[in-house]
Amino acid sequence: MLWYIGRRLLQLVPVFLGATLLIYFMVFSLPGDPVAALGGERGLQPAVAEQIRQQYNLDKPFFVQYLLYLKGILTFDFGITFSGRDVMDVMREAFPVTFKLAIMALVFEAVFGIAVGLVAGLRQGGIFDATALLTSLFVIAVPTFVIGFVLQFVIGVKLGWLPATAGSDPDLRSLLMPGVVLGAVSFAYVLRLTRTSVAENLGADYVRTARAKGLSRGRVTTVHVLRNSLIPVVTFLGADLGALMGGAIITEGIFNINGVGGTLFRAIQAGESATVVSLTTVLVIIYIFANLLVDLLYALLDPRIRYA
Amino acid sequence: MPEIARKHQEHFFAEVDETGLGAVDAVADSGAPSTLWSEAWHKLRRRPLFWISAGLIALVVIVAVFPGMFTSQSPRYCLLENSLGDGRAGHPFGFDRQGCDIYTRVIYGARPSVLVGVLTTIAVTILGTAIGAFAGSVGGWVDSILSRITDIFFAIPLVLAAIVMMQMFSGRRGILTVVLVMTAFGWTSIARITRGSVMGVKNNDYVTAARSLGMSGNSILLRHVLPNAAAPIIVYATVALGTFIVLEATLSFLGIGLPPAVVSWGGDINTAQASLRVRPEVLFYPAGALALTVLSFIMMGDAVRDALDPKVRGR
Repeated sequence: MLWYIGRRLLQLVPVFLGATLLIYFMVFSLPGDPVAALGGERGLQPAVAEQIRQQYNLDKPFFVQYLLYLKGILTFDFGITFSGRDVMDVMREAFPVTFKLAIMALVFEAVFGIAVGLVAGLRQGGIFDATALLTSLFVIAVPTFVIGFVLQFVIGVKLGWLPATAGSDPDLRSLLMPGVVLGAVSFAYVLRLTRTSVAENLGADYVRTARAKGLSRGRVTTVHVLRNSLIPVVTFLGADLGALMGGAIITEGIFNINGVGGTLFRAIQAGESATVVSLTTVLVIIYIFANLLVDLLYALLDPRIRYA
Repeated sequence: MPEIARKHQEHFFAEVDETGLGAVDAVADSGAPSTLWSEAWHKLRRRPLFWISAGLIALVVIVAVFPGMFTSQSPRYCLLENSLGDGRAGHPFGFDRQGCDIYTRVIYGARPSVLVGVLTTIAVTILGTAIGAFAGSVGGWVDSILSRITDIFFAIPLVLAAIVMMQMFSGRRGILTVVLVMTAFGWTSIARITRGSVMGVKNNDYVTAARSLGMSGNSILLRHVLPNAAAPIIVYATVALGTFIVLEATLSFLGIGLPPAVVSWGGDINTAQASLRVRPEVLFYPAGALALTVLSFIMMGDAVRDALDPKVRGR
């Protein structure tokens, strides 16, 4: 087990290096001069611009810049933004909010997706199943930002049940609607995955055996059908955490949440490589660790899997 | 007693229907062999879901190719005096904030969406299949390196990568740049699927047989290995087409997708935001058209998957 975790962590290194290099290169080749933009209408004194370039290593060739940035990361020095803030500070502010939002979305999609998917799978072909499938198709087909607008307008503005925007330092109640919007598409996928998986496992030999042994219906459903059906669902949920945090840009924009998405979007437009690369790198690391966690969870769900 | 028994026994004589040797040889095997594809088609033909989605897709494609057939107006002919006006004869959906006819804009918005979806899907399928098949068939260190590269591209969230990369093209954005950007980060799933299928198939007996018959590596790959990977790739590509259309709309919605000069559903949804509280219909029509298009591709993917899946065979 430890050996397996160690090997996986080693595999993380090239992915980490490659992802940072790729993002760094993309931000590096953004058109426009970020330093000139700092001066605004009046422009910077040449000497000041030169000094800023030196301070941010912008006068050095691409690879030197990248290596200097990497060196910083290894000592947890993520650099400073153009406005003089420590990127670490920016991340400390942005990540908790987005993390809360992503967890909210994840809990929503896991609880409702698995519950609805299970019932739909158990009663395949029934009215509940048809409604659930139709709803899931609808949710996948309508873009997130449309769902966001409509919910915000109907629940937040017209009915006033929940706050329409979250603002800075949001509480759980104001994150409820954004969380549902963010998790909506994944909810549909979880529902469909669970349903297919349950329907498939219902016909499996071990389920028939369990029934023949005289086990109660509830026990067969929860222990034999559900546990086996959860394997693909857990894989999806693990991979989804990273995608949710990275994909929160739109939801955060609609509900005015000051998280990773908004910070990233602004940093991309300003060409601030240190901020963009740092935020993305942390997102990638979260994604990789979530996947590692999922692989370890397999062993719990499926006794046939053992990590040597 | 014996007589009675014999009488009873008469009932048990079955008619002898012996098949002549000649008849056995003449069994018709000239019909088309039942392949995975012919069977899938046979099953698809009986699914209403397939026909509904096929009809919708055909409709959207026709609208995209010949928008002039459905409206005689120009999507850019806008009169401010019509701003947010109600629908009336000739303008069934009413007008948006700029006074443009919503129906016409919805009709003309189909082309960029469909074009982006189709082109990206084709590009992603070619690129993903090539990389996945190469990695899977060559194996060894080439496979390790290509798999790590796939991991890198897979680990970066698609929306995020697309935003950064679209920013690189600011000022030169168009349909082809959107396709390029989405392809650059969208190929990983197909590469993984193809690699997995190739690895699973390449040690099968029929591949060994083809090799021992002297077939070259490339033709084995094309004739025997890839056709086996085609089913999951086609299913993924059909559904992905829908998600690419959504992603394009998302980028246009963020203002970094197609330029405002291109009439697109994403761009119209973006501008409709401002009028949502006054007239929700302005948002409803382009969003509805987008959703219906995506829905039809997802339903098609579902139908094809069920038809190709041997587990649901015979139900």
